[in-house]
Amino acid sequence: MTQSVVVQVGQCGNQIGCCFWDLALREHAAVNQKGIYDEAISSFFRNVDTRVVGDGGSISKGKICSLKARAVLIDMEEGVVNEILQGPLRDVFDSKQLITDISGSGNNWAVGHKVFGSLYQEQILEKLRKSAEHCDCLQCFFIIHSMGGGTGSGLGTFLLKVLEDEFPEVYRFVTSIYPSGEDDVITSPYNSILAMKELNEHADCVLPIDNQSLFDIISKIDLMVNSGKLGTTVKPKSLVTSSAGAVKKRHQKPFDAMNNIVANLLLNLTSSARFEGSLNMDLNEISMNLVPFPQLHYLVSSLTPLYTLADVNIPTRRLDQMFSDAFSKDHQLIRADPKHSLYLACALMVRGNVQVSDLRRNIERLKPSLQFVSWNQEGWKTSLCSVPPVGHSHSLLALANNTCVKPTFMELKERFMRLYRKKAHLHHYLQIEGMEESCFMEAVSSLSGLVEEYNQLDATKSMPVEDLPRLSIAV
Amino acid sequence: MSIVTVQLGQCGNQIGFEVFDALNTDSHCPQGLCSKRENEAYQASCKERFFSEEENGVPIARAVLVDMEPKVTSQTLSKAAQSGRWKYGQHSCFCQKQGSGNNWAYGYSVHGPRHEEAIMNLIQKEVEKCDSLSGFFIIMSMAGGTGSGLGAFVTQNLQDQYSNSLKMNQIIWPYGTGEVIVQNYNSVLTLSHLYRSSDALLVHENDALHKICAKLMNIKQISFSDINQVLAHQLGSVFQPTYSVEGSCHYRRNPLGGFKDPALYTSWLEPIHAVNVWKTQRAFSKYEKSAALVSNSQFLLKPLDTIVGKAWNMFASKAYIHQYTKFGIEEEDFLDSFALLEQVVASYCNL
Repeated sequence: MTQSVVVQVGQCGNQIGCCFWDLALREHAAVNQKGIYDEAISSFFRNVDTRVVGDGGSISKGKICSLKARAVLIDMEEGVVNEILQGPLRDVFDSKQLITDISGSGNNWAVGHKVFGSLYQEQILEKLRKSAEHCDCLQCFFIIHSMGGGTGSGLGTFLLKVLEDEFPEVYRFVTSIYPSGEDDVITSPYNSILAMKELNEHADCVLPIDNQSLFDIISKIDLMVNSGKLGTTVKPKSLVTSSAGAVKKRHQKPFDAMNNIVANLLLNLTSSARFEGSLNMDLNEISMNLVPFPQLHYLVSSLTPLYTLADVNIPTRRLDQMFSDAFSKDHQLIRADPKHSLYLACALMVRGNVQVSDLRRNIERLKPSLQFVSWNQEGWKTSLCSVPPVGHSHSLLALANNTCVKPTFMELKERFMRLYRKKAHLHHYLQIEGMEESCFMEAVSSLSGLVEEYNQLDATKSMPVEDLPRLSIAV
Repeated sequence: MSIVTVQLGQCGNQIGFEVFDALNTDSHCPQGLCSKRENEAYQASCKERFFSEEENGVPIARAVLVDMEPKVTSQTLSKAAQSGRWKYGQHSCFCQKQGSGNNWAYGYSVHGPRHEEAIMNLIQKEVEKCDSLSGFFIIMSMAGGTGSGLGAFVTQNLQDQYSNSLKMNQIIWPYGTGEVIVQNYNSVLTLSHLYRSSDALLVHENDALHKICAKLMNIKQISFSDINQVLAHQLGSVFQPTYSVEGSCHYRRNPLGGFKDPALYTSWLEPIHAVNVWKTQRAFSKYEKSAALVSNSQFLLKPLDTIVGKAWNMFASKAYIHQYTKFGIEEEDFLDSFALLEQVVASYCNL
C-alpha cells in the first residue's frame, strides 16, 4: 500500500485541507472499529507515540496511539494556520510541518511565486523531504490551492516545479479552485493565467473546481431542505455538506459546506486505493487512463450523492439514479457542458454495494447521450470499492477528460485580456524582481496552446468514425 | 503429476482462489456416482495435482500468488485460510507496495526485471515440492498492468527456465466496454508476447461469462465473484482427473498433455485426432453429468480482430503512448505486436 502527502497552500488550500483531514479521520474511525493502525489509515496518517521526543516516535503497527496527518501546511500569513493549530484538529498536525510568514502575498502571484518562492525554497524542500522519509512508499502529492489569490496561486505553483525536480516519480495531483466571474479579487485573472502555465507544465493531473458550482450546489441543497420538497428524507446538516457527526466538532464557517464537498472529492478519489473492492483502482491508474496526451490533464469531476437519503436499503432504481446524477450538471464541481463536448476518457469510481452488472447496465444506458473521441469510443475506466462513504450506502465519483473545459479557460483568458489591455494593476507585478511582461505573454501563449489542442480534438467531433486501414502483412 | 499455478494481479488472484476452492469442493464431494475405490483414486489424483499435504491435514494449494500491491493477495490468503478446507502456503506470496497502474510497460519492463529473482525462486520452491511436474497454469487478465505485463514477463521466464514443462495461460478477455481505457493496448502487447512463450492460451471473455450469469443462471446483480465462480467451475471440470488410456481406475497422469498438439498456429489435423475426448465416471461437484468443451476454433477470431482494430485506431492517434514509452516500450514494440497478431488473425481466417 502506498502513502500520499497533502500540501495545502494559502488560505483556501488550508481551509479545504482542514475539512479534508476532519472527514478523513471520521471515515477511518467509522471503518476501523478496533483502532488498529492498518495500511488503509497509513495512506494519509502516521502513527506516533507522542511521549517520545524528537523523531523517533513513529509506530508502524498495532494500536493507534496518536495520528498525525501526512501534510505540509503553507501560508504566507498566519491567520488561517494559527486557527487550525488552535482548533480541534491541532493534535493531528505536526507543528514542524508548517511554513508561515506574516505579511501575506497581497493577492499577487508574483509575490507568492518569485518572492516567497525563493525565500522559502529551502524550507519547503526540507519539510517535503521529511514527509517523504516518513513514508514507506510515497505515491502521490495532493496539492490544494486556489488560483485567484497570491499564495495558493503563486507559491502553490512554485511548489510544483520543486516537487517535479525533487520527486520525479511521485504523482502530482492538484486540486485548483478557479475564481468565479464575480470574484472580489480584481487581479484574479492575472493570478490564474500565470498559475495555469505552471499547471500545464508541472502537474500530472488537475481537478479544476469553481466556487460558483460549489455555491450553486449548496444553494440547491438548502432550498430542498427548507422547502421540505423531499420531506423527511433529506436530513438537514447532511454528512456530505456539513461536518455534523464529525470526529472533531467545529462551528460552521461560511465556506465550510463548500469546502466539505471538495474534501469529499478527495476522499472518494482515494477510496479505491485505500480500501478493498472487487475492482481496485490505484492513484497511478487515474493518470494512466485519463491522460492520453501529457498536456491534456484537466479532469471535470462530479460527485453523487451530495446529500444523505434516509432509506438504507435503496432499490435498484435509486442506484441507477445515482449514475444519472453524476452526468447531470447539478453535480459537477465546475461549470461546463460535457454532454455537448467531446469525451476523451471517463472514469467511474463507485463505492458501496454496487456490482459489475450495475455498472455495465448504467454505462450502456448513458453511453448513447455522450460523445467520445473516435479513437476511444469505449473510453471508460471503472472501479468498485466495497467500503461506502460514511452515512451513505453507495456513492459515485465521475472524472471526465472532456473538451468542455475549453470555454472555462477561454473565459479566463478573456477576463485576463480585459485587464491586460489596459495594463491595469500590472505595475504591482512588474515591480517584483524576475517578473517581466514576457512572463505574462508566455502564460497566455501556454493557455492558447492548450486551447488549440482541445480545438483540434473538437474538430474531429463531427467527422464520421471510420476504422483506419489496418497493418497489412505478408501471409 | 502436478500443476503449479501462478496467479498474477487482482484478477488472477481472485480467480485463482475460486478455482482452488472449486477443485477442493469437488474432490470432497460425497456424491461420487461411482465406486468408493474410484472415488478415492479420483480424490488422490486431484489432490496430487493441485494440492500438497500439510501435517495437520489441511491441503495447501500448489500456487504462487503475485501482485504488485498488497490488498488483493492478503484478502485471498485470508479467505482461503478462513474456509478451513484448504489454504495457500504461508510463504507462497510475493507482493509489493505500489501497483502497476494498468500499465503493461510498467509490469513488463519495471516490475519484471526488478522482481524476477524473487518470483522465480518462489516458483522454484513450489516446483521442488512436486514429485513430478506436469506444467504451469498461469492465471492473468489482459486489461490491467500486473497480470498482463508481469504475467507476460513471468511466462517468458518459465519458458526459458522450464522449457520441458507445459505452460498454459488462463487469460481473461476484458469486457468490450471499458474496464480499463488502455485495455486494448495491454491486450495486444500481452497476446503477442504470450504467443511466443506460452504453449496454450485458455481464453475466457468477461462478456461471455457475464451472459452466462445473466441468462443461464438468472443472477440479478452480477458481481465479479459470480463471474469468477462460473469460470472456476468450467476450469475445474476440465482439469479434474480423467481416465487415461489404460481404462478406468487409472487417471491420466499428465493433465496438460493433451493440449500440446492443438498448437496456436493451425495445422491441419486428421478428423480422428481433431477431438480429444476425456471421460470419467465420477461426477463433478453437484452435477451428475457434466461436459466441458475446450476448443481451438475460429471462435476467437472476432474478439481478437476487434481488439486489434480498436488498439490500432488508438495507436494511430498516438494517444497514451507516452505512458508506455516512459517505461521502455517504444512505438516499434507496438508495431511488432500488431504485426504478429495480424498474422494470427490471417491464419485463422484462412482456415
